[in-house]
Amino acid sequence: MSQASSAPLVEVDDLCVRFVGPDATVSAVNGVSFALAPGEVLGILGESGSGKSVTLRALMRLLPHRKTRMDGRITIAGHDILRLDAQALARVRGPVVAMVFQEPMTALDPVFTIGQQIAEAIRTHESIDGVAARRRALELLELVQIPSAARRLDAYPHQLSGGLRQRAMIAIALACRPSVLLADEPTTALDATVQIQILLLLRTLQRELGMAMIFVTHDLGVAAEVSHRVAVMYAGRFVETGHVNDVVKRPSHPYTQGLLGSTVHGVAKGTKLSTIPGAPPNLARLPEGCSFAPRCGYAQQACRVAVPAQVEEGGTSGVPHLTRCVRVQASSAACGTTVPTTA
Amino acid sequence: MSNSEQSTVRVSLDTPGAVGSAPGMDVPVGYAQARSYWRGVFHRVLRDRVTIGCTLVLGLLVFLAIAAPVLPLIDPDVANSGDRLLPIGSPGHLLGTDELGRDMLSRLIHGARLSLLMGVGPVAVALLVGGVLGLTAGYLGGRTNMIIMRITDVFYAFPSILLAVAIAGALGAGITNALVAITIVFIPPITRVVESVTTQLRSMDFIDAARASGASTFSIIRTHILGNVLGPVLVYATVLVSVAIVIAAGLSFIGLGASPPEAEWGLMLNTLRQSIFLAPWISLLPGLMIFITSMCFNLISDGLRSAMDVRY
Repeated sequence: MSQASSAPLVEVDDLCVRFVGPDATVSAVNGVSFALAPGEVLGILGESGSGKSVTLRALMRLLPHRKTRMDGRITIAGHDILRLDAQALARVRGPVVAMVFQEPMTALDPVFTIGQQIAEAIRTHESIDGVAARRRALELLELVQIPSAARRLDAYPHQLSGGLRQRAMIAIALACRPSVLLADEPTTALDATVQIQILLLLRTLQRELGMAMIFVTHDLGVAAEVSHRVAVMYAGRFVETGHVNDVVKRPSHPYTQGLLGSTVHGVAKGTKLSTIPGAPPNLARLPEGCSFAPRCGYAQQACRVAVPAQVEEGGTSGVPHLTRCVRVQASSAACGTTVPTTA
Repeated sequence: MSNSEQSTVRVSLDTPGAVGSAPGMDVPVGYAQARSYWRGVFHRVLRDRVTIGCTLVLGLLVFLAIAAPVLPLIDPDVANSGDRLLPIGSPGHLLGTDELGRDMLSRLIHGARLSLLMGVGPVAVALLVGGVLGLTAGYLGGRTNMIIMRITDVFYAFPSILLAVAIAGALGAGITNALVAITIVFIPPITRVVESVTTQLRSMDFIDAARASGASTFSIIRTHILGNVLGPVLVYATVLVSVAIVIAAGLSFIGLGASPPEAEWGLMLNTLRQSIFLAPWISLLPGLMIFITSMCFNLISDGLRSAMDVRY
């Protein structure tokens, strides 16, 4: 995590994504900023609809362009992503940024073999012949540890199990040796044992290939396992970011505290799990001020007036611990301890 | 700085150690192309007896139709009033003669030329036009989709045979006009099938995945969309061929397609209609040919559908 000191590979500045529909405009991402150094792993944590997948897709501009309005600035390896034309964007997708999708069943084309799909991804960017592409595809399948890779090269997606399909998906994403790998809940569709395998594979590959990685998940354990830095997302904003240890052990934002309080880990059998009362806000009509205020047990008048600024309170190994909460300003000096969540 | 990053990645990928394999292991690099989807379909079709049988029957018909001019057949247009309506199995006339004493076998084989052409031709052209329209509408969506699909909807207001009759009637009798009419009738349904498959595909993750690996719109349409659309559309097209043969026969029957003395199954059915009480079996022969041919296309399309349905 010493890489944090080098120049950032990914820089996102005040990213806003809105979906314009005939009935309403949905503000999915509302001012997300972060920087990612080469070789660093950022885990974005949040519940469904918090805008984490949208943020990820925005980084590659994979959102339907007709309905999407994007503001802010995204720079990846010197490319101003939001201002690239179609051709330049195609050159960035693959060799610079690549993505692993959530559902390996639908993210692979059913009528082409795994080998053909990997070769296609390679040949989009490099002019090599079919034999060489096939050899590279085989190497990639071995890289992602698919057993009897030579045989699996000619397999169709439906002939592979979920775990193998996800490995093949990862192989496609790695085909052009990306500097940044985006993983959109890559383990959600898999069963528990396979989840861990895929997770370990991604972590190993990330270290071996020295890639930066942004890992989106709603599973806290998964995020803690792979990430150097964690960002907790709520209603399209990063409410808390920091080193994994800071966020997991000393959560400052009431939402993060609630999220951590509602996990099954370390709770005696038979105990009722605590939950966060209420439901996430309607993204078409966001409340003014802190979007968590309506559900927050500590909400004050100040919370409903304006969106709280990010406040820094310490940090670990050079990673600042930032929280968007008015209480942090007040409590950081007085009582830095965590307050039990409302149950 | 991103360059140095790239090069470290390259090194670790290319080193055999990182890959975890020794060079020269069982790498089937010898054949560059993987066994394709279509080869798999072909192998499954081979195991399907009904489809094979129908294909053989159709193949024989196509062969006879193509070879008709060089086969030792009696001239299909030579009438012989002395030999009218000879029964099936008459010496010299294996399938008898028609109401003007023309050899039925020869006329049926020569008729296959025109009937098959009128079956396959319009479908092939409609496939091309409807395919392009459907892909455009489906992939672009939005307003383009609405314009194209609403225009095709207009054609759905009429039953297909009625529409073909109307168009052929407006254009005037003749084989070319009949071909044009049938083609126009088939463009809307093919457009609709292609559009609906394309629209479904467009929201699939693998299209996004292809975009995420830098594929251009054109190459996505060419490989991923076309690869997935082709299966269902080809199945549908084979059904349409049989419909086209029936419509073509119908047009000729009411005098809008082929005109006498040309040998065409629908036309033959029409002229032999008057003799149905004198020689019922002879009169049925052209109908039987239409039935067999369209049945074969239908069964082949069923076989193809099950052979292609390996996905998901």
